[in-house]
Amino acid sequence: MTPHIRVQSEPFSPGEALEGIGAGAAGVGAIVSFTGIVRDLPGGGLLRMEIEHYPGMTERAIGEIADQAVSRWGLADCLVIHRYGALLPGETIMMVGTAAPHRADAFAAAEFLMDYLKSRAPFWKREVTQEGARWVEALDEDEAALGRW
Amino acid sequence: MTVDVLYFAWLRERIGVPRERIETSAPDVAGLVEELRAREERYALAFSDLSAVRVALDQELATLDAPLAGVREVAFFPPMTGG
Repeated sequence: MTPHIRVQSEPFSPGEALEGIGAGAAGVGAIVSFTGIVRDLPGGGLLRMEIEHYPGMTERAIGEIADQAVSRWGLADCLVIHRYGALLPGETIMMVGTAAPHRADAFAAAEFLMDYLKSRAPFWKREVTQEGARWVEALDEDEAALGRW
Repeated sequence: MTVDVLYFAWLRERIGVPRERIETSAPDVAGLVEELRAREERYALAFSDLSAVRVALDQELATLDAPLAGVREVAFFPPMTGG
């Protein structure tokens, strides 16, 4: 199956996006979804999160990651939505959805997607506060998380 | 050869343009970086720590020793922070 990939600036409803996932596919027994939210800084103060991306490569990189998830865990359906642009704390930034015969595969595929989207999809986050703006730095632990796959 | 060079995030900010067309004779990415560094201070600053720079060739992740032959689009950016 072909994963459903959406890279967009507009807000979306995770509930609506999940409707229909796995529909029509035979043998689906589990649907797992993850929704990422723009988290405020500890103590507050985040005015907005700006997300830059690499149009073209973004869709391509997510597509390759999703294809891997589909074949490795035998997914019946796979959904990835990732936003770019300026987002406020509390806004939905991204989501993944996986449908599989059994829950273990659906969970594992969703975690794999999240780990890879974090450090292999060309997005860059910039936090804006009253004091100024700073690019969010990639964490060693995010890179290390890829090792478990 | 002529390549389109794209910059993202703080590399774009330090260099001051999102993309530019560059004439290069560099055999590989590392050679192109050397040419850019020699151009102006802003490039030297942007590429001062290569451990913090990632590269994609025609929208596929690559490494600094990757050859440039046949490549049309080179992108430089910091480690990605999606999700």
